[in-house]
Amino acid sequence: MSFKVSFSVPRPAATPHSRRCWELQFLEPVFSRARPARPSRSVMLRATSRLPAARAATTLSAQPRGRRPAPRRRRKELHFPGHPELPLGDFLAGRLARPRVPAGRRAILRRGRMPPAVGRGLAGSELRPRRGRCGSQAARAVGPDVAAEATARSPKRPAPGSRRFEAAGRWALLALVTLMSFATRFHRLDEPPHVCWDETHFGKMGSYYINRTFFFDVHPPLGKMLIGLAGYLSGYDGTFLFQKPGDKYEHHSYMGMRGFCAFLGSLLVPFAYLTVLELSQSLPAALLTAALLTFDTGCLTLSQYILLDPILMFFIMAAMLSMVKYNSCANRPFSAPWWFWLSLTGINLAGALGVKFVGLFIILQVGWNTLSDLWHLFGDCSLSMVTMGKHLTARILCLIVLPMALYTATYAIHFMVLSKSGPGDGFFSSAFQARLSGNNLHNASIPEYLAYGSVITVRNLRMAIGYLHSHRDLYPEGIGARQQQVSESSVHLCGSRAKLSAVTEPAVTTYLHKDYNNLWIIKKHSTNSDPLDPSLPVEFVRHGDIIRLEHKETSRNLHSHYHEAPLTRKHYQVTGYGINGTGDSNDFWRIEVVNRKFENRIKVLRSQIRLIHLATGCVLGSSGKILPKWGWEQFEVTCSPYLKGTLNSIWNVEDHINPKLPNISLDVLQPSFPEILLESHMLMIWVLWPLPIWWLLYELLGLHKCGSQISNYGNSGLKPKDNEFTSKPWHWPINYQGLHFSGISDMDFRVYLLGNPVVWWLNLLSIGLYLLSGSIVAVAVQRGARLPAEVEGLSWVLLRGGGQLLFGWMLHYFPFFLMGRILYFHHYFPAMLFSSMLTGILWDTLLRLCAWSLACFPLAGGIHAVGILSLLLGIAYSRVLGREASAQVNLDPLGEGLDSAQGV
Amino acid sequence: MGFLQRPVVVTADINLNVVALTAVGLLSRLWQLAYPRAVVFDEVYYGQYISFYMKRIFFLDSSGPPFGHMLLALGGYIGGFDGNFLWNRIGAEYSSNVPVWCLRLLPALAGALSVPMAYQIVWELGFSPCAAMGAALLVLIENALVTQSRLMLLESVLIFFDLLAVLSYLKFFNSQKHRYGRRGVSSPAGNSLSSQLTALLCPRPFSLSWWFWLTLTGMACSCAVGVKYVGVFTYLLVLGVAAVHAWHLIGDQTLSNVCVLCHLLARAVALLVIPAATYLLFFYVHLALLCRSGPHDQIMSSAFQASLEGGLARITQGQPLEVAYGSQVTLKNAFGKPVPCWLHSHQSTYPVIYESGRGSSHQQQVTCYPFKDVNNWWIIKDPRRHQLVVNNPPRPVRHGDIVQLVHGMTTRFLNTHDVAAPLSPHSQEVSCYVDYNISMPAQNLWRLDIVNRESDAEVWKTILSEVRFVHVNTSAILKLSGAHLPDWGFRQLEVVGEKLSRGYHESTVWNVEEHRYGKSQEQKERELELHSPTESDISRNLSFMARFSELQWRMLTVRSDDSEHKYSSTPLDWVMLDTNIAYWLHPRTSAQIHLLGNIVIWASASLATMVYALLFLWYLLRRRRKVYDLPEDSWLRWVLAGALCAGGWAVNYLPFFLMEKTLFLYHYLPALTFQILLLPVVFEHISNHLCRSQLQRSLFGALVVAWFASACHVSNTLRPLTYGDRSLSPSELKALRWKDSWDILIRKY
Repeated sequence: MSFKVSFSVPRPAATPHSRRCWELQFLEPVFSRARPARPSRSVMLRATSRLPAARAATTLSAQPRGRRPAPRRRRKELHFPGHPELPLGDFLAGRLARPRVPAGRRAILRRGRMPPAVGRGLAGSELRPRRGRCGSQAARAVGPDVAAEATARSPKRPAPGSRRFEAAGRWALLALVTLMSFATRFHRLDEPPHVCWDETHFGKMGSYYINRTFFFDVHPPLGKMLIGLAGYLSGYDGTFLFQKPGDKYEHHSYMGMRGFCAFLGSLLVPFAYLTVLELSQSLPAALLTAALLTFDTGCLTLSQYILLDPILMFFIMAAMLSMVKYNSCANRPFSAPWWFWLSLTGINLAGALGVKFVGLFIILQVGWNTLSDLWHLFGDCSLSMVTMGKHLTARILCLIVLPMALYTATYAIHFMVLSKSGPGDGFFSSAFQARLSGNNLHNASIPEYLAYGSVITVRNLRMAIGYLHSHRDLYPEGIGARQQQVSESSVHLCGSRAKLSAVTEPAVTTYLHKDYNNLWIIKKHSTNSDPLDPSLPVEFVRHGDIIRLEHKETSRNLHSHYHEAPLTRKHYQVTGYGINGTGDSNDFWRIEVVNRKFENRIKVLRSQIRLIHLATGCVLGSSGKILPKWGWEQFEVTCSPYLKGTLNSIWNVEDHINPKLPNISLDVLQPSFPEILLESHMLMIWVLWPLPIWWLLYELLGLHKCGSQISNYGNSGLKPKDNEFTSKPWHWPINYQGLHFSGISDMDFRVYLLGNPVVWWLNLLSIGLYLLSGSIVAVAVQRGARLPAEVEGLSWVLLRGGGQLLFGWMLHYFPFFLMGRILYFHHYFPAMLFSSMLTGILWDTLLRLCAWSLACFPLAGGIHAVGILSLLLGIAYSRVLGREASAQVNLDPLGEGLDSAQGV
Repeated sequence: MGFLQRPVVVTADINLNVVALTAVGLLSRLWQLAYPRAVVFDEVYYGQYISFYMKRIFFLDSSGPPFGHMLLALGGYIGGFDGNFLWNRIGAEYSSNVPVWCLRLLPALAGALSVPMAYQIVWELGFSPCAAMGAALLVLIENALVTQSRLMLLESVLIFFDLLAVLSYLKFFNSQKHRYGRRGVSSPAGNSLSSQLTALLCPRPFSLSWWFWLTLTGMACSCAVGVKYVGVFTYLLVLGVAAVHAWHLIGDQTLSNVCVLCHLLARAVALLVIPAATYLLFFYVHLALLCRSGPHDQIMSSAFQASLEGGLARITQGQPLEVAYGSQVTLKNAFGKPVPCWLHSHQSTYPVIYESGRGSSHQQQVTCYPFKDVNNWWIIKDPRRHQLVVNNPPRPVRHGDIVQLVHGMTTRFLNTHDVAAPLSPHSQEVSCYVDYNISMPAQNLWRLDIVNRESDAEVWKTILSEVRFVHVNTSAILKLSGAHLPDWGFRQLEVVGEKLSRGYHESTVWNVEEHRYGKSQEQKERELELHSPTESDISRNLSFMARFSELQWRMLTVRSDDSEHKYSSTPLDWVMLDTNIAYWLHPRTSAQIHLLGNIVIWASASLATMVYALLFLWYLLRRRRKVYDLPEDSWLRWVLAGALCAGGWAVNYLPFFLMEKTLFLYHYLPALTFQILLLPVVFEHISNHLCRSQLQRSLFGALVVAWFASACHVSNTLRPLTYGDRSLSPSELKALRWKDSWDILIRKY
């Protein structure tokens, strides 16, 4: 046996290498292989790789109209990014040009900075003869087909050959796409003339803005503000109640709001068209995408009503478009268009986030794109650190600071506009309510610091609507204090029902008077003398004092003992105990101030206090559970032995009456704007969090979905029924079940949100195909396979452009699997936009590859054109079919009803 | 006879460090293992499952797959435990028939072996033996790991398999790399003898040891997942690292396409197929062991219950397979939420007016009842005939047939009509029809819809067929709404006719559980018949895959009420050890066991993770600017160490932020172990690459030694709380309470 004792000698520290800027390892073998080229072509090529400049130049100046681009272009010509009418480069040439790019830039180029330029070459190859393996056939085959296709789409378009006409044709195509989109979205926009689905609450919230009454919603305010604005501008006076789905609009003007949403919804199609065009540089891909979205019944339905979704999708798509545009002018940083698109991205991000929190996903996408962008720039050693700094600052300014400022501004406007007391008051802290005119805390004046003998109301911070409350009803037999002989006199404590119902009544604009059962008197634990006796000096309550809380109406003390609470078995029961203020030692509570920045005294509204039960050491809190009928369905109050600090166990003092103390105006205590902002966000997060209470709130706010609002609101209507209107994320891409928008049973006009199955299943198929083809290409590249130039270009479009879209789809879809919220079908639509764009790019690329691989056969080049055309026609035809089917909307009771999209 | 001409030489290469570490590890974990002879904390939870295994009674535990429980039960089997102990209370004394030492042996062994494995991992990562030693010693003296592995708990086993997976992957990876002479690069000694030796020993791809380590990786991963679901995160990490390496392999153009394909296939088999198969094997053994019915049967489907000995099987054995006209059946709902229940009716009627003011049909109530009862019996009747007995030969009911359901005790027909159900006003009320001679005709025809008719036949079969009842007149579907009826309905569950049902939902699906052919036409005799038990003779078994998928599905979907616990904590509390768990307190003295970590190690490990992240980012940015601070091989080592150790920490820690269950400090231990492995790696890196002079290096070394001494001291100070062997005075206990948030029990005399 040999023993080996291993040890290591410390190595000398490595000397830092100071080799800078080697890019050797970045050179792809492909480039070197593609090099043999005819000189004339490689000149042309340079033009292509600088293509935007070249194109702009052609449109602007009277360049020769021949097919070949002019041999020499200056780098710094004027450039209009994103104009689809730009002239066409030669694709093959594009491939060859790149080795000529200065070596320093090549690394970036290889890493994907430039592929749009490659792609531009593609666009050319689409409309003009390509030089593939069998160039001439391809040219013969493609030319006429495309021409035919183009003529089919836009009759006005002249024969190809003239670049200016081509440009005009592209404009015309864009116009046509936009027109189609608008035509479908605005067709019969006024029907049905009654409230549909969520219009009941987004319309209502629009009205709140017009009436300037305060409300609370789980979504940020921008979308509803825009709806309100649209209504205001179109002459809607905010008087319609939007009480429930199915209410007739009658003389109220609602078309402004619907038109606004439909307008934004219509813009989605041209946006998608332009995005795909920018990513793939292929007109057919863009057309395919546009057709998918135009003829999808789901997108159509969702865009036609007063909903947040069209606004949200508008901002998402606009952000995506401007990001893509900005990417493609990355080769000319700090130019005017660069700044324009960058800041526009930021603005749209703010818009998306300002409408719904779903906007976070597009922010993630842009963020990821920006990071990888910076990473590539950072690796480019020709850029100095100062330039890098500039790049970084520009992005921070445009993508972080600007959106934050805009987002905050929407809130500022929100709180400024909504200055009157309304149905949302009860959700906010007392200090906040003091801001609202019409609220009883507005302009009120109360004593500032708590003293013994004060009459107060105590409000839970977490519940946001709950006051510590008690009433004469007893805990029923068998629950809790059964051993206690005084069980008859025990009184239970709950969040105030009166407050809740105040929230339900949207018509009531003033704050409902408070319940006298919320009033408590704060007393010293030891003496029972009346602290209000004028002969005694005023004694303030301080942090750490032992107190008693006496219920004013019933003169019983807040009491806890070792009995399990009615619902939360691990907590102790809280009761009212004693007669005329005399109880026992279980009535003593230690008062603690959590945020002790205001000395040790307790300041109304601002001090956050905890009440620790002296005998058992538990802390007074609300469990958030709703008591059964015997407790009037109020919230359970318990004493929790687990001292972990949560908002549930923190309270603040709201009303305060003490004749011995001077009153101060509440305005002094008003929160600052950042505090308001924070508070409203905490509130939204809390409501969006899955809690049992959530549905109650939803119901109370009237946020319930169409149909689930049932008259017997008391008992069972609070929860959504299984598989009723909610759905699971995996249902969505397969178009498993839709959503009733309008017309439950007896109405004449039914609207049912469901995607066009042809479109949706094509999208689903495309994602699978994309993953397959993408991984094949990626493995081939990694193996160093020698791809022909054209295939290489196509695979770049597939990997880069398609990759971005797939990423977008995943970002907008997969997080929903993690969400505990009640989910609805319409949550899938942003993801659906991305998958439609992916479908466009994928099929175009695949068909091109097909055509290329069969290029030796005559007519093979037509595969692409025929394929695209048949897809377009198929989609359009499926829409026609869907329309016919929807003429006889007849929901199969078993749910196998297919594609009833919209109809009578 | 050629082999005789050469001497037979066995060369063994034994690293004394590893031997020594194993010995100390065993000593620290096995010392006084049977003390305390009382139930400590979660032993109360795992113990009951051990008892179930010993008695071979079926149970369902939603907390994790069965492998971990089986390992614990193996200890019981070795010690000859008969399962007779009532696990009801923490702190209860074990009776003499409980082999405490054996029960705690396996977790302790796993904990002890983690120590040399930590050494091996750091060594295989390419760091010095000194760093490897440091890692192993830190694992050795970490009090929380000691506590956790000395008890009948699963964390140490999980950590063992996590480390084993990482270690064997590294072994595999290095043996793959041996072609290029890894040791030659990393060991500075570089003498020709050892390099020859390594060249001789260096296994080529697809050699025996290559296969061994690769397979072991897959097995260890599936064992980790089999112990606890969180093991899946380590599995994913290993898969991820393997995928990156495989991707590099694809890019290696010196290999032929066939060779690359073989490599990929081998990895796919070993890292995907074998773990899946092993996972299935756990369940196979689990189900093979647990063959008797027990308290958790009710959650499972009737078919599953029937496959267990005793329980439902005793009743359903030998009942006729095919349901025929005239059959007497009980119908169980397949949903099982909120409780499993059977279609039920009784004499009482719906109240004329509900509390909400709506009216009802005032007919006989139909509910779903969670207990066996004679009122759960229904008779399948052919609408065209009058008789309620089975013909000879029986006429089986098929998919699509129209049937009537007759309540056995009251002879009323199951009926639904356009009246709102009591609690779900969207749906139709289901009642047993009472003819009040008002304008409400009987609508009691139901079409039978066998849901799983593809897998089974079109004939309605007992237990096996999942059926829906579609009302002929209104197309409503018989459904369990899940709501509890008020007092007038005896708190039973509401059954409704669902009009707007879309697609398949388990609450609309029923299956026949008890079944017999009806013999007597007369009401009185039939009641007698219904009261008598069903007779039995043969049994029927489900396939393994069906049982596996059902069990797995139930385990993932059964929600135990997550209740507050005194010692529950949030992930944020773990990083700096802001919380502890009191495991056990001696009944008389104040000797106590706590899950309490060595705070020096916890804090410095967290710090090291942060330092690693910052340094990594710094190097990465510099490399991007073509400044290479580190030589290529140390950079690669640095990255791999980070991916496995810092990555292991991240994947085992961060997901807890998304989990909604009650969390405890011990959930952090796997993450902590990975973090500890990172600590010496960072130290060595600082010493080798950031200390510029020999002086700095010596200074730094001295600092590290001082730091390690303090860690040892802390560990020794906390030892009484780790082993619980010494009773401390109240003042000593108070002195140990270094953080206000620590909950150390002080007896009041």
